[in-house]
Amino acid sequence: MRDWNTKGRDRQARLDAGRHFAAGKIVAAHDLVAFLEAVLRPGDRVCLEGDNQKQADLLAKALAKADPAKIHDLHMVQSGVVLPEHLDIFETGIARRLDFSYSGPQSARIARMMFGGQIELGAVHTYLELFARYFIDLTPQVALIAAVSADKDGNLYTGPNTEDTPTVVEATSFGKGLVIAQVGEIVDRVPRVDIPADQVHFVVNAQRPFYVEPLFTRDPAAITETQILTAMLAIKGLYAPYGVRRLNHGIGFNTAAIELLLPTFGERLGLKGKVCTHWALNPHPTLIPAIESGWVEQIHCFGSEVGMEDYMRARPDIFFTGPDGSLRSNRAFCQTAGLYACDMFIGSTLQIDLAGNSSTVTGGRVAGFGGAPNMGSDARGRRHPSAPWLRAGEEADPDGTPALRRGRKLVVQIGETFGDGNAPMFVERLGALELADKLHLDLAPVMVYGDDVTHIVTEEGIANLLLCRDKDEREQAIRGVAGYTEVGRARDRKMVERLRERKVIQRPEDLGIDPLDADRGLLVAHSIKDLMIASGGLYRPPSRFRNW
Amino acid sequence: MENLRYELSTTKPAGGTRAVALVGVVASGNLEVLLERGEAADRCVIDIATPAHGFADLWQAVTADFAARSAAGGLRITINDGGARPDTVALRLAQGVRLMEKPE
Amino acid sequence: MTSPTAAAPHAPLPADPHRSWYEESARGRLSHLLDAGSFSEFLGPQRRELSPHLALFNLPRQFDDGIVVGAGALAGKPVLVAAQEGRFMGGAIGEVHGAKLTGLLHAARQMKRDVVILFDTGGVRLQEANAGELAISEIIRATVQARAAGVRVVGLLGGRAGCYGGGSLIAGCCSALVISEQGRLSVSGPEVIETNKGVEEFDSKDRALVWRTMGGKHRYLIGGVDLFVADTVAAFRAGALAALDRPPTLDQAVLAAEQARLERRLARFGDTADGTEVWARLGVNQPTDVPDMDLDDFLTIANRQREGADAAR
Repeated sequence: MRDWNTKGRDRQARLDAGRHFAAGKIVAAHDLVAFLEAVLRPGDRVCLEGDNQKQADLLAKALAKADPAKIHDLHMVQSGVVLPEHLDIFETGIARRLDFSYSGPQSARIARMMFGGQIELGAVHTYLELFARYFIDLTPQVALIAAVSADKDGNLYTGPNTEDTPTVVEATSFGKGLVIAQVGEIVDRVPRVDIPADQVHFVVNAQRPFYVEPLFTRDPAAITETQILTAMLAIKGLYAPYGVRRLNHGIGFNTAAIELLLPTFGERLGLKGKVCTHWALNPHPTLIPAIESGWVEQIHCFGSEVGMEDYMRARPDIFFTGPDGSLRSNRAFCQTAGLYACDMFIGSTLQIDLAGNSSTVTGGRVAGFGGAPNMGSDARGRRHPSAPWLRAGEEADPDGTPALRRGRKLVVQIGETFGDGNAPMFVERLGALELADKLHLDLAPVMVYGDDVTHIVTEEGIANLLLCRDKDEREQAIRGVAGYTEVGRARDRKMVERLRERKVIQRPEDLGIDPLDADRGLLVAHSIKDLMIASGGLYRPPSRFRNW
Repeated sequence: MENLRYELSTTKPAGGTRAVALVGVVASGNLEVLLERGEAADRCVIDIATPAHGFADLWQAVTADFAARSAAGGLRITINDGGARPDTVALRLAQGVRLMEKPE
Repeated sequence: MTSPTAAAPHAPLPADPHRSWYEESARGRLSHLLDAGSFSEFLGPQRRELSPHLALFNLPRQFDDGIVVGAGALAGKPVLVAAQEGRFMGGAIGEVHGAKLTGLLHAARQMKRDVVILFDTGGVRLQEANAGELAISEIIRATVQARAAGVRVVGLLGGRAGCYGGGSLIAGCCSALVISEQGRLSVSGPEVIETNKGVEEFDSKDRALVWRTMGGKHRYLIGGVDLFVADTVAAFRAGALAALDRPPTLDQAVLAAEQARLERRLARFGDTADGTEVWARLGVNQPTDVPDMDLDDFLTIANRQREGADAAR
């Protein structure tokens, strides 16, 4: 007779082992290491919650202190490899195998450890892709998560940084795994129930908030004239003609410049209400002036942003907020929204090759993907029409039968031809290919594939790749906006001029934009302080961004 | 420091009557461009001092495009570079020519 | 050609009195500060008075060595002016830079003409250390000599680089100082304090702490400066005009009064650990609210509670 509940019994054994350290569900912080050693088993699949924003930092530190003789060879399945402890556990042997999505600040170390054989890599995923695998073949046996507060029963309040938590808990708890939460405080009654108690098995009181990185704060003071020029080109050459209302912005300064030009340059073009009304977006402080001047109808957020909490609470028409008034973010849903319900993704990148493939890998760093590839890809399963989507589809296939023709999501790469350290954005060969060779990866880490990219915007102009009819045209369209990079200087000038006549390439002057008008005076806010003032004092910038 | 000089044929003479103009500052990623008159109307001389060695081909390309496209005839241009990128160089040169066209 | 940073040229300037002083270049500030068309520059960029030292370090030079000096008019009143460019080497004072300012102050004494200095400096230029240190001594002497001759030397503090090191010593010798919220005035900069005393003593990355310790509001509250203005070119112009109305007196009585005031300040605030504690002792009811207060609210409270500044400072 087959035993149909081995997983349930396995969890029960862990629950029994953990109860020695718990009063009800509450585990004391000073017992945390011993507790983890009791409930974990060598070789477990473990999700240690953390992404580009929130971190279950207390649990990460405790896991790193576990005895590798007792806990070893864990298979970590987690969104972010961000804290030093996330990699320390691979050095000590506590963990061996890794499936992840984003590594930001640890990108150089993770590459070294992969090359040195300390990390056995499963794959680098997008967020949504990793979440999907939690439900298919990477279901965690133990999830170590973070919340703002818990009640005695284990109901969790995540505050504005809900992010990945519901997804991780859903997969783990219903997959017969064990859910352990760190919380900032234990309260009689949580402000709202983000995670129901019956999905949570143990709670440890960290007595302090979990760590959150203010990743999406861009200081307007650092925006350059060239970035303003690229933003003007994007607004007038893309947002206006396509009428892009539903969109996602990347994290860079070019898109921050767009956000700060909407109430000035965008207003002058008469675009208010016609573009940028519905967003899948983290709460970017640089969007405050546009929200305040009535451009924005609705924003759904992947996560929160430090200092934006009170502002969002005071703008419930715009943001998704709970009965307690605070933001409810949800990374999985927002990624899905960005994939299926947005007509445009626009973001910066570090390298673009002649086919339009782009990558953020340079100099042996494995930075991961985060969510950009989900936003920056055409959703093949999409079936609902919209004007920009249909127009892009028509540009790509003008002779196709309209009723059978797929639309296209606008996937826009924006940047200056030369980036930090004078590194050219355009290259013959992506640095990602060298990394893949070196680390013996099956796939080079490509952020956005060339066949998904529809437009490239630089200070030299806009290349519309939808209008390119063959590989050569595509290559010359890319070279034609690549400025003084080697790729740009090697252009076929005659062919580039022909592409310009067909509006495959549009220069600033073709759009009626004088590059000399790209002045910081166009920005609606010049400093973080201006953003705070625009919010009526509701935005509370972190200290590191202040100059007052 | 690397010192570069380009003596370029121009297509359009510089406008305005202003004797001298200065744009930009010498800061990281920026440059200052001093524009003076005194060359023949079909010619522009550009002197560059840059701490970044080995970018002569880029300077050549940027200055050649500038001379071909801008009203730069008759100008003597001196650049102190703080490590600016080509797009910033091109922008400052264009700003300088525009400033020369304005009254003092 | 290397990494990019925010860059605003001084060249195409819309005539916008609300333009940020903090963001402007030295030349941009001057053009908005002075009466239109009144400025004439001494030793302008076309004279190419370049630093004789920087090339040794493979560092780029600037035609004006980071300071613009000249003559102009403020509401019809003739003045001499000097504006430091904080983006060129952090506005640091080297040999040529210093000599231009010294010469201007000598001229001021001889011409009996008031001086306005637009500070934006981290202090001595390290690559020209000896020449720079000497230059600062000479500037201070020239300042005191000019003031002894009855000339007002007004300092405006609101630049990106702040006013630190030797620059702050020069500012301390001015007859009046005008500051904005963004302005910073301190002998030692945040990084210097952290390096020497440790991050526990002073976390230079905690920018709110930096501003609570050396920023415009704090300096105004403890009487380190005389006037507090908004961060606009128009406000600084009004501030400069008001400062030029103040008495130029520099005599023994003024110095003795200032010495007594500084001794009182040390006794009253010497044991405080943070700007907010200083403000609380000054009688500010909600000291933690001070950084976020707007100009009017701040001035209402500050003008009631602040320590008076003295003519000598």
